[in-house]
Amino acid sequence: MPGERARKIRVSCVVNGAAVTCDAYPMARLLDVLREEMKLTGTKEGCGEGECGACAIEMDGALVNSCLVPALQAEGAKIRTIEGVACGGSLHAVQQAFIAHGGAQCGICTPGMILAAVNLLARHPQPNDAQIRDGLSGNLCRCTGYMKIFESVVAAVRDAETRA
Amino acid sequence: MRAHLPAYEMETPRDLAAALSRMASEPDVWRAFAGGTDLMVLLEAGKLPHRKFLNIWNLAELRGITVTAEHVTLGALTTYAEVQRHEILAREFPLLCRAAAETGSVATQNRGTLGGNIANASPAADSPPALIVYDAEIEIVLAGGARWVPYASFHTGYKKMNLQAGELIRAIRLVRPRGAWKQYFRKVGTRRAQAISKICFAGAGRVEAGRIAEVRIALGSVAPTVLRAVRVEELLRGQRPVDAALLLAAQDALSAEIAPIDDMRSTGRYRRNVARNLLAEFLEVLAS
Repeated sequence: MPGERARKIRVSCVVNGAAVTCDAYPMARLLDVLREEMKLTGTKEGCGEGECGACAIEMDGALVNSCLVPALQAEGAKIRTIEGVACGGSLHAVQQAFIAHGGAQCGICTPGMILAAVNLLARHPQPNDAQIRDGLSGNLCRCTGYMKIFESVVAAVRDAETRA
Repeated sequence: MRAHLPAYEMETPRDLAAALSRMASEPDVWRAFAGGTDLMVLLEAGKLPHRKFLNIWNLAELRGITVTAEHVTLGALTTYAEVQRHEILAREFPLLCRAAAETGSVATQNRGTLGGNIANASPAADSPPALIVYDAEIEIVLAGGARWVPYASFHTGYKKMNLQAGELIRAIRLVRPRGAWKQYFRKVGTRRAQAISKICFAGAGRVEAGRIAEVRIALGSVAPTVLRAVRVEELLRGQRPVDAALLLAAQDALSAEIAPIDDMRSTGRYRRNVARNLLAEFLEVLAS
């Protein structure tokens, strides 16, 4: 078909601590590269237009919506997805809190919610309630379980303080 | 319908000079691609007409915030997150920080850039009213040249701007304020987080001996471009901010100056009423 000019490019990046190389069209969504090429299906697609946060990942330490990142821009990046949040066999405090406090319902928004919360705690280890709400405001939950999600993050912060 | 990916090319130039020379070699064929928060949405919707993009995200020449005694200069790729984290911007240019904080989510603020917001040329963008109030200038570069232009005259019509094929926005420069300015920013959307504005108001003024010595007002989503309310400013200058007759006259002048429309986000009537109310709130801030 006319206009088929672009060839797949080789993209090398570090995903959850492991060096990864794959071939993708330059403007393929990082979301699709992660899910379809790297088989990391923990990252979910919600709206596909940067509104819902279901596809949130960390890229070089910053929270981003992977549906809005073209594959080319992942070259050389350090990426963390939900699969890289737990450390070996032990869940992250935020993951544990989501289980303990009913933070997950249908589960589609959960990977993005957890990445948003983990990223918030990296920036603000002891966030106040307003900072937690702000940190989660880019993530939509269609089950509307917002209070339990919020309470899960509050609990994760409290548990971290207790342990410290 | 989703875009046909093989139809889209993207390359990463090694530096700004290489990007500009690529753009000059085939005018209007290669376009800049920064954080992708607007262009990727169009791509996914199958509505991205352009096919060839230069990935400028990593160009060091377009990054960084530099401060001198007179100016703060922001590279075009300064993200909303970087704007909010900058101490001098937070202290001296709070309207820009507020606009950055109220644009999209954390994830969008990490990728969305000031230069991209300007070049996307949406009349509903939230950083332009703040930039206009601060009398921003923007540096336009092209292969073998550069020029500074006042931002207030940059947007010439709906989605039209004073940017030719082969040109890129390199930086945005703000003059550091002298004296005590009172500043006001309010974005009105469907909800507080993330929603695109129904209307956005930025104002700053300096009151001396009870009278408005200097005042600047800009609004988003009330006209085909972000609008500086020059007639309202003229009317207010030299007046006392607390004055019922002045308020009514200024509100009527504002009503005449803006041209809000009905669209998917709001109605012209609602926007006009809210614009009048926000002006009243701004005058209260000046009087306080």
